[in-house]
Amino acid sequence: MHVFEWGFVAAVLLAATPVLYAALAGALSAQVGVFNIALEGQMLWGAFAAVAGSYYTGSAWAGIGIAVLSSAIFSVVLAVGAARFRADPIIIAIGTNLLALGLTGFLMRVLFDVSGTFSPRGLQGLPAMSFLRDIPVLGPVFGGQTVLVPLAFVLCIAAGLWLRSSVGGLRLRGIGEHAAAAASLGVNVARTQTWTTIVGGALCGLAGAQLALGNVTVFTENMTAGRGWIAVAAVMLVGNRPLWVPIACLGFGAAEAFGFRLQGLGAPQQLTDAAPYAITLLVLVATRIRFGAARRALSS
Amino acid sequence: MTDAAAELRGISKRFDAVVANDGVDLVLRRGTIHAVMGENGAGKSTLMSILFGLLRPDSGQILVGGVERHFRGPLDAIAAGLGMVHQHFRLFDSMTVAENVVYGAEPRRRGRLDRTAAAERVRELSDRYGLDTDPDSVVGTLSAGARQRVEILKALHRDAEILILDEPTAVLTPVEVDSLFAVLRRAADEGATVVLVTHKIHEVLAISDEVTVLRDARVTGRFRTAEATGSALVQSMTGREVTEVANAGTGEPGDEALQVTGLTVVDRGVHRVRDVSFTVRRGEIVGVAGVSGNGQREVVAAILGTGSAESGEIRLLGRDVASLDVRRRRAIGLAVVPEDRRGEGMAVTMTTAENLALGHHRTAPIGASRGWRRGWLSLRAQRDMARRLIADYDVRTSGERQPVGALSGGNAQKVVIARELSHRAPVLIAEQPTQGVDIGAIESIHQRLLDYRRDGGAVLLVSHEIAELQALADRVLVMFAGRIVAEYSRADATTARIGAAMAGTGESSRSEGGAS
Repeated sequence: MHVFEWGFVAAVLLAATPVLYAALAGALSAQVGVFNIALEGQMLWGAFAAVAGSYYTGSAWAGIGIAVLSSAIFSVVLAVGAARFRADPIIIAIGTNLLALGLTGFLMRVLFDVSGTFSPRGLQGLPAMSFLRDIPVLGPVFGGQTVLVPLAFVLCIAAGLWLRSSVGGLRLRGIGEHAAAAASLGVNVARTQTWTTIVGGALCGLAGAQLALGNVTVFTENMTAGRGWIAVAAVMLVGNRPLWVPIACLGFGAAEAFGFRLQGLGAPQQLTDAAPYAITLLVLVATRIRFGAARRALSS
Repeated sequence: MTDAAAELRGISKRFDAVVANDGVDLVLRRGTIHAVMGENGAGKSTLMSILFGLLRPDSGQILVGGVERHFRGPLDAIAAGLGMVHQHFRLFDSMTVAENVVYGAEPRRRGRLDRTAAAERVRELSDRYGLDTDPDSVVGTLSAGARQRVEILKALHRDAEILILDEPTAVLTPVEVDSLFAVLRRAADEGATVVLVTHKIHEVLAISDEVTVLRDARVTGRFRTAEATGSALVQSMTGREVTEVANAGTGEPGDEALQVTGLTVVDRGVHRVRDVSFTVRRGEIVGVAGVSGNGQREVVAAILGTGSAESGEIRLLGRDVASLDVRRRRAIGLAVVPEDRRGEGMAVTMTTAENLALGHHRTAPIGASRGWRRGWLSLRAQRDMARRLIADYDVRTSGERQPVGALSGGNAQKVVIARELSHRAPVLIAEQPTQGVDIGAIESIHQRLLDYRRDGGAVLLVSHEIAELQALADRVLVMFAGRIVAEYSRADATTARIGAAMAGTGESSRSEGGAS
């Protein structure tokens, strides 16, 4: 097995994509001053909605649409609660995370009469972009992927540019930095926070859809398995630089893909499953120690 | 000479039982600088909040340009041509000056933020009013004076014709104050109307054209500044003559009570204090001047033991305190009136009696260090001490059980001072002891500090107020960028010298090794 090959790059991107959508959602929320830790639950809800949507309509594309829509609706609780009624976003997020876990398991039993795993025959997954197959580099990297994989990176860069150079982006950034100042200049803080959080919910819907209809074609209970929390870690890691979100997520993707490789080489599965999380933790701690001091000194 | 740019007629506003404004009239003439004076709680902030649309009056009229207005919020006021520079800046630290200025009213080109136009606008306004501001600087890196100019630019960008500044000089060095006043004068000459909210008499006399004085929610004086005197302004502010207390300079200082030698404080890689040495003797008040953030807080924290020192020695009554915690240092003989009154000076939700007992709770009569009462408080002794101190220091409270957070700034500060002075510690550190305190209370706090000195106390007085240092201190040290850059005796401590040293531009006037 080669140390480097395009297949490995593809595996990294595949593993990174769901986390990337969720991290983008979290980064946008952070820009408006809402610390969003509901990403895990919203992603899980999106995954369930995607599978259920695809199952009932027979179309994976419809599944994506339903996932985006229903995750956005699911995030309204957090958006309205935190922005409009000034409730603690952490408390609401913990509640919605638990709700998503319990509700998806419950609905699986009620609607499909299964528990643990729902993988009916004929469930439509997202198609791979096989038309790229014969192009060098693009073929091996993206030929087996769904369109949601490159879209995640495109959206990240677009969001970064929009934040930087549009009027709306400027206003968004100002709200997160000093909400009272933004309000005193006529910007509707609560409304912007609400809509940003809902857009984040829609992105988590895409994360779930890619996870359940792209990476695999199945819904299993708690299938997000902490990816939403990895996204939270990525948001904290990049701080106020949303353009760095993809890099943080690629790091996670690399750790997960590397874990799979190790498994192929005979390493125990428990160890390789834990690897990406352990590596994320290490990176988080290391960067805090390394850069934290300088950042605090700058901010004081 | 000119017509009224804005007028308030018969404004009244009450908050529950408290009357904040009671039939206040205010006429702001176009092209003038109008000072609104009054002590804390006199109603000037409420009045300005009403003028700027932050509060709605219970009764009365607001006229802008002769037209009656009903502001639903500050945005209406901004639209009507008002602008306000708040005491606490409302700026986005990570953004540039230009972004801050145009935020919420951005120039656009093809739907995108037009940075070139924004920078151009800042340059144009900056040149016109002499604001000397670079549009591309990041706001977080600017000095307080420069940040204030950004706030002024924000108002000017929105075409404010009436500019309200709330206590604008509180955070500025004397040099910055002068340049602010030059900007305000220029704005007035260009036809703007400037409202200056302040309680500093010398500023009113220096810059304003007209003055309106508030006391207890009412207007108690209207003056043309040219015809006003300082004592007349004070009298209408306080309702009585106020004698300014001052250090007569009598008595010889005694033994060295506090010795700091070669103190260096490094905070997360940044040198906050560099090689600071000084001595405070018994019967002496040593003042520390400086714009906040130049190392004063770190020096105090190092002496008290709440901050850590990189190197240097601190001796309290001759004892090296390096290895001692705050409690032991205080036990040797240290009392502290901290700058952050509500955060460090008191426990706001606790009662006045409990706050007065803090730090006295381990010693008789309130607490006991041994015997069966150890670990228990004598509530009776606590109450008795509270009543005595409340009477002694003339603390205006509904009783010793009133939460200290409900007291006015001046009364809360009296509680802190009463508690700390009643330790009778040989060394007292007073940080900004009169910040946000009324003139009457300032007088009594100053007198207390002088009495402390007379009784042999060693006082380290950290203050932004040069006048306060001049009135009280035997010697004045000036801190800039973590160093003591100047030291003046009482006779030499002129405002010009201290001001220059505070800005880092004074001649070095401290003899080598001259610690005292």
